[in-house]
Amino acid sequence: MTSTQHTAPSTTSPAGNPIGFGRMLRKEDARFLRGQGHYLDDLVVPGMLHAAILRSPVAHARIVSIDTSQAEAHPKVRAVITGATLESLNLAWMPTLSADVQAVLATDKVRFQGQEVAMVVAEDKYSARDALELIDVEYDDLPPVVDARKALDPDAPVIRDDVEGRTDNHIFDWEAGDKARADEVFAAADVVVTQEMLYPRVHPAPMETCGTIASMDRVTGRLTVWSTNQAPHAHRTIYALVAGIPEHNIQIISPDIGGGFGNKVGIYPGYVLAVVGSILTGKPVKWVEDRGENLMSTSFARDYHMKGEIAATRDGRILGVRVDVLADHGAFNGTAQPTKFPAGFFHIFTGSYDLEAAYCKVTGVYTNKAPGGVAYACSFRITEAVYLVERMVDLLADELGVDPAELRLKNLLRPEQFPYVSKTGWEYDSGDYPRALKKAMEIAGYDELRREQREKRERGELMGIGISFFTEGVGAGPRKHMDILGLGMADGCELRLHPTGKAQLRLSVQTQGQGHETTFAQIVSHELGIPPEDIDVIHGDTSNTPFGLGTYGSRSTPVSGAAAAVAAQLVRDKARVITAAALECSPDDLEWEQGRWYVKGDPSQGKTIAEVSMLAHGTLELPEGVEGHLDASVVYDPPNLTYPFGAYICVVDVDPGTGQVTVRRFIAVDDCGPRVNPMIVEGQVHGGLADGVGMALMQVIAFDEDGNCVGGSFMDYLLPTSMECPSWETGETVTPSPHHPLGLKGIGESATVGSPPAVVNAVIDALEPYGVRHADMPLTPANVWMAMQGRPMRTDLAVQ
Amino acid sequence: MQVTMTVNGNEVSADVEPRLLLVHFVRDHLGLTGTHWGCDTSQCGTCVLWLDGRPVKSCTVLAVMADGHEVRTVEGLEVDGRLDPVQQGFMEEHGLQCGFCTPGMMMTARWLLDHQPDPDEATIREAISGQLCRCTGYENIVRAVRWAARHPAEPTTAQDTSQEVQA
Repeated sequence: MTSTQHTAPSTTSPAGNPIGFGRMLRKEDARFLRGQGHYLDDLVVPGMLHAAILRSPVAHARIVSIDTSQAEAHPKVRAVITGATLESLNLAWMPTLSADVQAVLATDKVRFQGQEVAMVVAEDKYSARDALELIDVEYDDLPPVVDARKALDPDAPVIRDDVEGRTDNHIFDWEAGDKARADEVFAAADVVVTQEMLYPRVHPAPMETCGTIASMDRVTGRLTVWSTNQAPHAHRTIYALVAGIPEHNIQIISPDIGGGFGNKVGIYPGYVLAVVGSILTGKPVKWVEDRGENLMSTSFARDYHMKGEIAATRDGRILGVRVDVLADHGAFNGTAQPTKFPAGFFHIFTGSYDLEAAYCKVTGVYTNKAPGGVAYACSFRITEAVYLVERMVDLLADELGVDPAELRLKNLLRPEQFPYVSKTGWEYDSGDYPRALKKAMEIAGYDELRREQREKRERGELMGIGISFFTEGVGAGPRKHMDILGLGMADGCELRLHPTGKAQLRLSVQTQGQGHETTFAQIVSHELGIPPEDIDVIHGDTSNTPFGLGTYGSRSTPVSGAAAAVAAQLVRDKARVITAAALECSPDDLEWEQGRWYVKGDPSQGKTIAEVSMLAHGTLELPEGVEGHLDASVVYDPPNLTYPFGAYICVVDVDPGTGQVTVRRFIAVDDCGPRVNPMIVEGQVHGGLADGVGMALMQVIAFDEDGNCVGGSFMDYLLPTSMECPSWETGETVTPSPHHPLGLKGIGESATVGSPPAVVNAVIDALEPYGVRHADMPLTPANVWMAMQGRPMRTDLAVQ
Repeated sequence: MQVTMTVNGNEVSADVEPRLLLVHFVRDHLGLTGTHWGCDTSQCGTCVLWLDGRPVKSCTVLAVMADGHEVRTVEGLEVDGRLDPVQQGFMEEHGLQCGFCTPGMMMTARWLLDHQPDPDEATIREAISGQLCRCTGYENIVRAVRWAARHPAEPTTAQDTSQEVQA
């Protein structure tokens, strides 16, 4: 089966677009190309004031006093909000997405550098910033907890003494798999390889920072919030719960989003403060963070200290994997993930292999760092899981002296094993893993690369080839298992056909660049034969869309895409009944071809979907029980996650004199089932690959011994540019999901999840002549050079 | 301070604070919000516009420094309802996703093609290397600029080009 068979449109629309799946230029581009997008900071609400936030300069300190008198005297300042103001409104603390609380503004003490201490609301943004300088805060410094590995030491300072009775920095212990069985397998194994590794703290850093405009109408009590957010409906419910504003009086509008990647899932203190500012001033209040605020205070990602173990037979059959994780959650446990999964979906760490046993234990701790934990295209921590297992498989290959591709091919799940229930309880829906890996090896010219590497090694040149194979579980998720703050992770969708046969599709998910306005129109077009240009996709406004949990975790296509398909199928079914009424025949006598019901054996007798829509809105007498109009409303509760997978191969050259890594080639073969719009899917992959190169080689949010964030600007937090990225080489296989109505799987995060281990495996492979077994990301020139000297760096700490 | 400059061919005057950044002047005073702001440190390049025919990061230029000079923004790329080939190329090759870096990228691309009509991949990558994109991995931006180089005189009409142009 090839993708061409799946995606080739059988016809073309009047505008030249495919009816259904296929490469189609994006509908949303027209505005972006002209500078006519409407991002949050582009919006001007009449009478709007501007806010700025004063942040803590230190990581851990008791607040002795805050003097706002000079700021309040500034002629353009309308309000200054402190923790004391919020305490009087009972809003000083807000619930996090992980059953913890987070300070909206610090009251007792500050717990990370960059924590919110006060907000100024002024007539313009420059004045708001000026007034921050006029606030005088006296801090009494406390020792910070910077090193997560020391957070549970008996003498560690207690960060969360706001919680009565708390005497340590322990958040949770969580485990998955069968410990006893894993221990048995490990005890009996020929070979056991162990490695400690860090997936460092990184930040998604979308080009548009986070921001909001809050407008509380004092007359109606209605709150309108425009904000950069990936989940407007969830935000509405949370505002209702936090602020006590009746939910029907809240409207959340998520305008064009300049990239999200997980950074725009949560509710940040600045959002709540803008609401408070609007309540206090009676005016709309805009707050947009600067880049330093974005990097230092909003959701970080990863920060998993992992000890992995892999057990195998001497002839290379992998038997089991064990992992012990220390998870640094920062000062407040604010990770965004389904409630039952405090470590996200990390327990998919058995990867793409058929194991006899697996076990993991995760311990979460508080440190004096920004809260967050699940953000940045990680599919709920599958990034960490894939990195762990793919590094362990490479270490095992090294130990056994076998080629890492060969070891993987020997152990990958076989197509006939699907659906496959993993040793940690996941039911992988479909896959053909060996085919994908072989295809990647073919594109790469794997044997030739190995020959080239041997020749170069003889000349003292450092070339590395790295492989990773990943499986993700995306599309959270089945309501009975998955919720966020009690909200089940189903998504609504409403499809309305207008009398003339044009359509309007209302979604609960929110695009941040993924091209929903195009892709979702294509999904409906695929089912109804309506030209995609005639389908208006509406999203990002809670008052105009059905409830649903939003876009993150690669869930839009698996969940909302399924909702759209089912809605279209319901419309098609209803159109059949109406056509039968119009033609005075039985619905059973009708057959469907793209866009039209017709009488079996007499194709001239039929009605197009547009004709049916006019009839449905007209005066035709409809059969009993059939309502007029042609609409459908669906809430889709996915029966399972979808399991996209892929095989990645990275080729690097390392300068032995400087440790500089150059990614020469990157081959990515992805399988996300049929591709609605192959152009958009490939674009998603490209972006994720750049992310992976960035995380593997450049990006880290590290801290010095005082808890100062040393990744708080783009001068320190290095993102890949066009120069660090190679020209990506992509390929595909197509294995449909058996339970998604169109066989689709998510793709948004695959490459971000799958690529970092390929890059790291390639660099470690290149350093083989130096006997380097492992070095943590990011593999900066300094870190690589130190690894070559036998002293790889601790990358989470700025001071060694 | 009083400033007067030409922006996309139109003369504009305003009384501004001496410290006002050009990016804020263009966005907040002129309402030309296609030019974006993305970092504090002149790294990201979402604010790139032209000052006297050269791409500059407008977060690092004061509005008063543009007094008497000529500014061109993304809103000035489309002329008489005809898209610039660079704009068309970004659409054809899917050179944008969220669209936030796109105006700056296109302004640099236009400048590059004006000075080097047929740049190779390495030249394009170097030209945009001072600007960040988090969505595309740069691949399709490079392809978009190449598309524009191959179609120097084929700008299309405005309106909803998504319905007019097909691959």
